Amino acid sequence: MSDWGIKFSLGAVAVVAGTLLTIAMVNGFERPPIQTAQGGFRGTGMDENYNPRTLAVEHAASVLPGVLPPLPASGPKASAAYKNVLVLGDLSVGQFTRLMASITTWVAPKQGCAYCHNTKNMADDGLYTKVVARRMIQMVQHINGDWKQHVAATGVTCYTCHRGNPVPSMIWFNEPGPEHGHGMAEAYFGKNQASGAVGDAALPYDPFTPYLEKATNIRVQSTAALPGTDSQDIKDTEATYGLMMNISQSLGVNCTYCHNSRDFSDWSQSTPQRVTAWYGIRMVRNLNNDYLNKLHDVFPANRLGPLGDAPKINCAPCHQGVFKPLFGQSQIAGFPELQGPLAPAATAQ
Amino acid sequence: MAMLSFEAKYRLRGGTLVGGDLFDFWIGPFFVGFFGITTVFFSLLGTLLIVYGAAIGPTWNVWRINIAPPDLSYGLGLAPLQEGGLWQAITVCAIGAFVSWALRQAEIARKLGMQYHIPIAYGVAVFAYVVLVVVRPVLMGAWGYGFPYGILSHLDWVSNTGYQYLHFHYNPAHMIAVSFFFTTVLALSLHGSLILSAANPPKGELVKGPEHENTFFRDFVGYSIGPLGIHRLGLFLALSAGFWSAVCIVISGPFWTRGWPEWWGWWLNLPIWH
Repeated sequence: MSDWGIKFSLGAVAVVAGTLLTIAMVNGFERPPIQTAQGGFRGTGMDENYNPRTLAVEHAASVLPGVLPPLPASGPKASAAYKNVLVLGDLSVGQFTRLMASITTWVAPKQGCAYCHNTKNMADDGLYTKVVARRMIQMVQHINGDWKQHVAATGVTCYTCHRGNPVPSMIWFNEPGPEHGHGMAEAYFGKNQASGAVGDAALPYDPFTPYLEKATNIRVQSTAALPGTDSQDIKDTEATYGLMMNISQSLGVNCTYCHNSRDFSDWSQSTPQRVTAWYGIRMVRNLNNDYLNKLHDVFPANRLGPLGDAPKINCAPCHQGVFKPLFGQSQIAGFPELQGPLAPAATAQ
Repeated sequence: MAMLSFEAKYRLRGGTLVGGDLFDFWIGPFFVGFFGITTVFFSLLGTLLIVYGAAIGPTWNVWRINIAPPDLSYGLGLAPLQEGGLWQAITVCAIGAFVSWALRQAEIARKLGMQYHIPIAYGVAVFAYVVLVVVRPVLMGAWGYGFPYGILSHLDWVSNTGYQYLHFHYNPAHMIAVSFFFTTVLALSLHGSLILSAANPPKGELVKGPEHENTFFRDFVGYSIGPLGIHRLGLFLALSAGFWSAVCIVISGPFWTRGWPEWWGWWLNLPIWH
């Protein structure tokens, strides 16, 4: 090929590639009008920005399934009518059956009762899903009864996380990271890879294990300006930043929803939502350790993570990109049996 | 006031854009002109409004005086004076003063038979300010998106506004702007050190000229852009820095509402490696 031909071909390739890249880039942007919400004093820049087109999609995805009409508490107790009812024995048969039907709608609408039950012997604990479901009912009661600082009167049902899926979306496992060679050049340090867990940033891709499973302090801001007064590592800061990125995208809010960035750690300059979030972090830790990790031996191998750990939660399974799960719609009033642990004797596992 | 020997040469009548001969005179060494009058009017009024805002505010501590824009709930309407209206009036005065000053520069350029490099260069800074307090708030639907006037308060606004997009360093236009700022500094430091060296030779040596300067950089980095070129380059770099700064903030909000790292999805999803 002549010199001119090579130049022309290279130029043509560059123009085509440049055009495609530009289209890909411009397509990524949003457009006005946008929807806004002010969080702080005017002019502090503590505002939430929303794309109304995205909000419409989220609203459409937040339609609750209908609630079955309540049934009387009279009549025989479930524990008397059925065998092996360990948690909900104090309910009447009617109430018990209504909750079972509701759980089917919430968790396994396509799979039906047989997802958890051996339909030839409904009392059989042979399916692992039944054992998990029992513990999850206790977890829902625990959340609604003992974590009111986070869920308030809105509460949660199975649907808050499950949304009609037997396994909730957006669960997490201990993250081994991408495959890479080990040697002197090994330098990922668990970060420097774009990761969906941290809003596509190159921050540490598993900020969950230290903060939402283990109880590492989320406390990295110096309290004095002078060097040498701060024992925190920059890696702690990055992991904290990663966790906060995840919380932000899980709730569809930005950093200023809870913090005034002029002093992240100062409670007196933070918004009330930060208190709710503080309890939320502790709640998630509690649920991961006392409920989900405890089910490790119950889960079959295909439900465990790449490192063999039980599935765990962060903010995303419930919130799903919305500041209040399901935009604050509550169905808990229709289910008194889920509002807190039942009589202590009934909660034995 | 006595004129410097060469000043008379520059005191040329004509070239005004507005007002004809009416304001075409000097006070001492200063050219007045129609836009000189409006500059003084707007800057005096705006400054007095800031002082008034400080007087009705909680502090005279110069670091903490804060004239904040209205609540977002006022949208693009007028707000009461003490609830952001003052900010709106001061913004009008600031734009009036800045634009007047640019036009006064243009008039002086016309008098001296120069081209408009100076008003255009200054205009880029004014453009960046107008983008911040007018264009972006209008696109977002509320004056409350302007930044507050105060030494510390405007820094808090910058910080929080950056964190509205989770990680502002992932803003592509911010990346370009920062690169231009750093390159401006690099170019200015290379140029400044060269001029200082050439103009301050060792005792007994003559001041060095352009050939010497060119030779130094050809020896040092293999290329010298030359005495005229460095000023063109400096202007381009500095104006680009200001221009891309304006772009990086105007796309934050009107054209992107989420975290900036997420914007790079188009790159992560390119079919080559997705």
